[in-house]
Amino acid sequence: MRVTQGCFSFLPDLTDEQITAQVQYCLENGWAVNIEFTDDPHPRNTYWDMWGLPMFDLRDAAGVMMELTECRKVYGDRYIRLSATDSSHGWESVRLSFIVNRPKNEPGFRLERQEMGGRSVRYTTKSYAVDRPEGQRYGGS
Amino acid sequence: MSALAQADSGAAPERIDLRREFNEVGIGEILDQLDRDLVGLKPVKTRIREIAALLLIERIRKRMSLTSDVPTLHMSFTGNPGTGKTTVALRIAAILHKLGFVRRGHVVSVTRDELVGQYIGHTAPKTKEILKKAMGGVLFIDEAYYLHRPDNERDYGQEAIEILLQVMESQREDLVVILAGYGDRMDKFFASNPGFRSRIAHHIDFPDYSDAELFSIADLMLQEMNYKFTPDSREAFVRYIELRKTQPLFSNARSIRNALDRIRLRQANRLVADLDRVLTADDIMAIEPSDVLASRVFSQAQVTS
Repeated sequence: MRVTQGCFSFLPDLTDEQITAQVQYCLENGWAVNIEFTDDPHPRNTYWDMWGLPMFDLRDAAGVMMELTECRKVYGDRYIRLSATDSSHGWESVRLSFIVNRPKNEPGFRLERQEMGGRSVRYTTKSYAVDRPEGQRYGGS
Repeated sequence: MSALAQADSGAAPERIDLRREFNEVGIGEILDQLDRDLVGLKPVKTRIREIAALLLIERIRKRMSLTSDVPTLHMSFTGNPGTGKTTVALRIAAILHKLGFVRRGHVVSVTRDELVGQYIGHTAPKTKEILKKAMGGVLFIDEAYYLHRPDNERDYGQEAIEILLQVMESQREDLVVILAGYGDRMDKFFASNPGFRSRIAHHIDFPDYSDAELFSIADLMLQEMNYKFTPDSREAFVRYIELRKTQPLFSNARSIRNALDRIRLRQANRLVADLDRVLTADDIMAIEPSDVLASRVFSQAQVTS
């Protein structure tokens, strides 16, 4: 099951050229671009690991693409996303975030039902991938 | 994209009007401005014209799909302090940008401090951060020979050099690196880092300025600041240049700029000393010989002679 989080996630995966164009758009708006990765794709998992520091004062997307290539070399079997932060007054938050890399197989989520008192049921979703320990979830070492 | 490229090359023009092409990219203005604004530096200007011509042709060749790879554009500027290396680097960036060889045309000027870290593991991220900032423009490394410390083999400078070399080779279309420094030390630097020498296409040597050139630089600087020499102070300043050149730590145009700053200081002092005077615009603009002659350069020259 394809994880759909952030911008563009209902579109086919962006090519590197398209990613470059998006990053350039962010930089031209003066946003700092940050690379994050994770192998726990639960929608409530907002704390992804950072790949280096957010990149400030860049003029050209090539710098971000260089880091993304490095990140893919190491964590190519995980989810990688780019997020662009607007530091200007009043915004001071993420303006754009999109997935740029995903594992080959995305096993998806299962629905768990918990019987409660009376006849009520509690529902929760769990990713099949997280059954395995971190780092081995998507066929990685 | 590839379909687009093909359509582009399919329509590649058979003939190209060189003049129109030249006017279109607008490097003519930059080259003229270079001639106007920079005094002297004849060999440098000729070299830059040559490089600009080469790049213009390269651009046309690319359009006619006669060539596909990106030319190596990394350069080294050697010359004594104050000979205009940084200024020329800014112009080069503008030329490269107009010709489309760098995408943004900004210049990131750094020295060893900004590239080399303080402890193990600090250098690589630091160097990479600078490289990322410079992407799409020109990275100007001033006093590049400091990156290599031959007396300390565990110096982190070597790590920065390796990262630089790798990016200079693999991302030639994203970044142009200009190394600058004094002639003899740069020669030594290149001798101990053959990787750099082979990756740099253009070595440009900046000659020292002659006395007359230094004077016209001073004149130009004063004009920009709305000051002017009186005929007497003009003579005094010509003598000042002669004497200053023989003294240690002379750094061409930079020394002239500093001298002018001090002269302005003395002029202001002289004017303020006499508070009851009514000043005209001419008085405020004029530099008197006494402003020049009070310089330490003259008194030292007397001591040594």
